[in-house]
Amino acid sequence: MSVSARPTHDAATEAYQPVFTGKALEELQALLGRYPTKQGALLPALWLVQQQRGWISDRDMTEVAALLGLTPAYVKGVVTFYTMYHQHPVGTHFVQVCTTTPCNICGAEDVVKALLEATGAKELGATSPDGKWTVIEVECLGACGFATPVLINDDFIESVTPDKVPEIVRKYT
Amino acid sequence: MGYPHKPHPKETLLLSKYFGDPEARTYKGWVKRGGYEAWKQAQTMAPAAITEAVKESGLRGRGGAGFPTGLKWSFMPKEKHKAHYLCVNADESEPGTFKDREIMRWTPHALLEGTAIAMRAIQAEVGYIYIRGEFTEPSAIMGQALAEANAAALFGDLKIYLHRGAGAYICGEETAMMNSIEGKRGNPRIKPPFPAAFGVFGLPTTINNVETLAAVPPILTNGPAWYKKMSLSNPKSTGTKLFSVCGHVQQPGNYEVTMGFPLKDLLYELCGGMRPGRTLKACIPGGSSVPILNRDETERCLLDYEGAVEQGTMLGSGGVIVFDDSADLVYQIMRLARFYAHESCAQCTQCREGTAWTTKILERILAGQGKTSDLDLLLDLAENMTGKTICVLSDSCAAPVVSGIKKFRGEFEDYIAGKRNGRVRAER
Repeated sequence: MSVSARPTHDAATEAYQPVFTGKALEELQALLGRYPTKQGALLPALWLVQQQRGWISDRDMTEVAALLGLTPAYVKGVVTFYTMYHQHPVGTHFVQVCTTTPCNICGAEDVVKALLEATGAKELGATSPDGKWTVIEVECLGACGFATPVLINDDFIESVTPDKVPEIVRKYT
Repeated sequence: MGYPHKPHPKETLLLSKYFGDPEARTYKGWVKRGGYEAWKQAQTMAPAAITEAVKESGLRGRGGAGFPTGLKWSFMPKEKHKAHYLCVNADESEPGTFKDREIMRWTPHALLEGTAIAMRAIQAEVGYIYIRGEFTEPSAIMGQALAEANAAALFGDLKIYLHRGAGAYICGEETAMMNSIEGKRGNPRIKPPFPAAFGVFGLPTTINNVETLAAVPPILTNGPAWYKKMSLSNPKSTGTKLFSVCGHVQQPGNYEVTMGFPLKDLLYELCGGMRPGRTLKACIPGGSSVPILNRDETERCLLDYEGAVEQGTMLGSGGVIVFDDSADLVYQIMRLARFYAHESCAQCTQCREGTAWTTKILERILAGQGKTSDLDLLLDLAENMTGKTICVLSDSCAAPVVSGIKKFRGEFEDYIAGKRNGRVRAER
């Protein structure tokens, strides 16, 4: 567990507040009981970090690595493999729009345009000036019969068409 | 649009009988509908007898490969020396497929019951249900159902856990899924060793799809002979199957039909046909990884494992993507290639490079900068991407490209000849 003591590149600027204290630590301990190895709890532990912080920083990865007996580099390798873990801060409302073929032929790209416009995010992957919205295109959300599905944080919204977009965006502001 | 639709008289409702009925989601509601009777029955049966019954029913894996389920279970060691595991594949991410999502949303206890029965059959004490990260609602419903089942101490010593994915199509490949559960990158493993010998955490493991497991309880309660009789065409394909229909039909959604049902009837009758003034152009019957059918082939295709092969495609996961005459197939095939390029785990060169270059060449054609030699180049690339990698993601990217060029070559040539407008967006 000596890895936790190793300073990371941004450790000097401010004191690091660990994620896993109190309730979060209890949750992690419960997770450890589900897998025969500590490493098994890595994906759920990263989810816990993201739920608390909104994204996963290098220092968070170092903390998780120390708790699970892994190296920070290994944890980073896992984080970068999975597209749902954010490696930088995103808007308060993180919007994922499916534009894979089945949704694409039903007009998904127009839904993307409408969302970029209505949220003020303007560009894919960029965050709106008020810090509230980030819109990205994603590959298949698994709801192809309900084109176009949009995931706003954990809210899964089906059958979105461009004309419904302003109303949906209003609900979150 | 939308679901649940009113069941069509030609549907055979076995798995989807309670779709749209919120009470069926609860433990009490499920028991009231005859739920957990099969689990009671299974507890009185020897593990080998359960496996035998499933083998006898002819049930085949509904995730895409169509491997006989009972046979898969029988590969697990009979003499138990180490812990055994079951992984439930709820990582439904194949474009065009959205059936497991509906099973988990409406009948979570059907999946839990099937999971428990399978765990008894293979003598597993731990089962992980791997749900893709984007499925927030199905995951919450499954979590609630599991809490109810645990509160009722239904499963004795069996431990069932939900494991949330984090956005990776490849984790639906069974060995990638096991790596992901172990807290690793979701890279597929070389086989052999097969999961029944060396699976998750290096221990004997079976991986089954959600729909496969949900079909197990009715097989036990009604008997394998009853299930086996449900077959309209080839006796090797038995039971019912959920088909997720999407794209250009009037009523997309999940439709449950007996194996061997004509694809034509599914599209024109159950789904209400094409939109007014439109005609069918092409159809991908088994999720995006299988070859595209033209109109004639679609109208001839019978929906079972053998019927799909007869038309040069595969039944796959049962995700039916329908294209009418308004669809730009060159663009949509590029969009599929881009999907595979995005989802490639990148460990095999043929896949990492092949999916990326396929996408780039198709984008070049769409941008009006294609060369006449590009189509042969794409086919050559596809040849090198087929049957040469650890898993079949690379082959899956090649399938729509090869079949698309073969059947709709004219559309590609029109782009290359400058007869069609270039249409491509900038790279993300």
